Amino acid sequence: MCAATSMPEPLAAPAPGVPLVEVRDLVKHYSAGTGFGSKSKTVVHALDGVSLALMPGETLGLVGESGCGKSTLARQILRLEEPTSGRVFFEGRDLLSLDKSELKAMRREMQVVFQDPYSSLNPRHTVGQIVAEPLIIHGLGNHREREERVDETLAEVGLRPEAKLRFPHEFSGGQRQRIGIARALILRPKLIIADEPISALDVSIQGQVLNLLKELQDKRGLTYLFIAHDLSVVRYLSDRIAVMYLGRIMESNGIKNFARPPLHPYTEALLSAAPVANPEAKPQRIVLAGDVPSPLAPPPGCRFHTRCHRIMGDICKEQEPELREIEPGHFAACHLLK
Amino acid sequence: MAPLLQVKNLKTEFTSPLGVARAVDGVSFDLDRGKTLGLVGESGCGKSVTALSIMRLVPSPPGRIVGGEVIFKERDLLKLEEEEMRTVRGNQISMIFQEPMTSLNPVFTVGDQIMEVIRLHQKLKGKKAEDRAVEALHSVGIPSPRERLKNYPHQMSGGMRQRVMIAMAIACGPELVIADEPTTALDVTIQAQIMELIEELQEKAGLAMLLITHNLGVVAETADEVAVMYLGQIAERAPVKKLFAAPLHPYTQALLASLPDPERPQAGLATIEGTVPSIFELPQGCRFKDRCPQRFEACDEDPEYLRAEEEHFVRCHLYA
Repeated sequence: MCAATSMPEPLAAPAPGVPLVEVRDLVKHYSAGTGFGSKSKTVVHALDGVSLALMPGETLGLVGESGCGKSTLARQILRLEEPTSGRVFFEGRDLLSLDKSELKAMRREMQVVFQDPYSSLNPRHTVGQIVAEPLIIHGLGNHREREERVDETLAEVGLRPEAKLRFPHEFSGGQRQRIGIARALILRPKLIIADEPISALDVSIQGQVLNLLKELQDKRGLTYLFIAHDLSVVRYLSDRIAVMYLGRIMESNGIKNFARPPLHPYTEALLSAAPVANPEAKPQRIVLAGDVPSPLAPPPGCRFHTRCHRIMGDICKEQEPELREIEPGHFAACHLLK
Repeated sequence: MAPLLQVKNLKTEFTSPLGVARAVDGVSFDLDRGKTLGLVGESGCGKSVTALSIMRLVPSPPGRIVGGEVIFKERDLLKLEEEEMRTVRGNQISMIFQEPMTSLNPVFTVGDQIMEVIRLHQKLKGKKAEDRAVEALHSVGIPSPRERLKNYPHQMSGGMRQRVMIAMAIACGPELVIADEPTTALDVTIQAQIMELIEELQEKAGLAMLLITHNLGVVAETADEVAVMYLGQIAERAPVKKLFAAPLHPYTQALLASLPDPERPQAGLATIEGTVPSIFELPQGCRFKDRCPQRFEACDEDPEYLRAEEEHFVRCHLYA
């Protein structure tokens, strides 16, 4: 909340204090195939009670290792899937109560940029077709207006209008990601969910794409949910960061206070695990033992207790810690924090 | 004493309908016993082809090593008979690949695959081979190794599979390990485990390592020396501290500047203009010139690979 004030006013600001997106107690379980001969039904606990809010114009960085539920959360917010339980609000309206046409209208406001700029663009369509497609799906404008909007949007992401007639394979990874961003932008959405938008790109290109995302946000007052596994990248763009582990949020905090020092042992380990590009620095590394447990059977008590370097005892193994506000704007779920 | 590995002016080409791609074009470096050389660069710069050329595993056709020498323990590997080369691979030089899921065979148990390496290269059989495999799994920190031998790769996590790959690589006691993006497919907390393991094993056995990665953080922490590649050539090579503190080549400088600064996480990111040119349409002269902020007239000529300072090599006209 405090972070949002530093951003320019969003173009169409809803009433102050109303989050653009709010997720309450979201649970998503997938039933895993029972396999030959097995009788018990197994359940993947992808999300297990996630609550968060995104204020207009804010960027929330969602960080966690593979399988922690980051992308599942994104799919629930877009209502590409029905959550097992819990609610999702967009500008105060319950997304799960909308009928099909209302949902379609709502989706104009939320768009996605995907991780892989190779597989997320149809190789048989020209860039013009790819970028114009959302307009066609939503029945917006006539042919000429659409063309104009495509030109304008391509210019905004730093591509020349000639790009329209070319095919994705003619572009480099970074340029393809610009095409993906143009496609997300063309409906003038309020929310963009960027799911690992730069992980597939080379270092020298990552910066270009991040700078573009930031520039677009400043210009359009966009709200971002930025999903990544790399903390250093998330920190550059985010106002707030939430750390997920095995389907739950472990800690969330404003960026200014994020790193000093993190309250949750998992955040601490995650921060210290990232290699530092400075051979003179000899960081104190916390190397977590073992692997992330399977989401088919998350550990009882605190989900992190099997790998925690600060485990206290039975309380960690038996009681699931609540996500509590430890200091203003700083939430953590850990028994260490009384 | 001569270095363990000396690569001299190595050149590898690929023929394709679009023309000839000079994937590795005059790469030279030395690697001493027990040391780590980090080979960094962006995708397509020729890092992996350099590694495959050293192992003589470049798929041919379309690939071909067209020149240079790879001197390993005073023998030029490029001149060995295939038969002899096979005794070098695995026994003396081994490799760790990026993708532990695709590099392991899904229809054989982990034990079968490690024992295959041991049978082929060490001529051990039966119980002896099994014991050696258990020892190898134990040394990479896999709990209850004898039971784990019966696992198939899909029954293990990504980190465990990478441990198995490492166990296979060191099972025959090589002197040089080539690790091609060994942690790229792994999560950060697992990456930290694997890098720690690799360093520990390296220290114990005095292994030399050629570490290929695009992650400058990993290089900064593990390598003794770094070579930065760009479009098939080494742009700069220096001891790790020197390279990070005072990079000479504009490409290295730009690459380091484009990393987010952990001290000032919200400061603007420096970027490198444009994109890497196609390997089929290399620019005349310096390959980086079209993206270089410091280009001048001389850049239309090919720069030489020169010693700019003690142990610091650079391919750039600024230092000619």
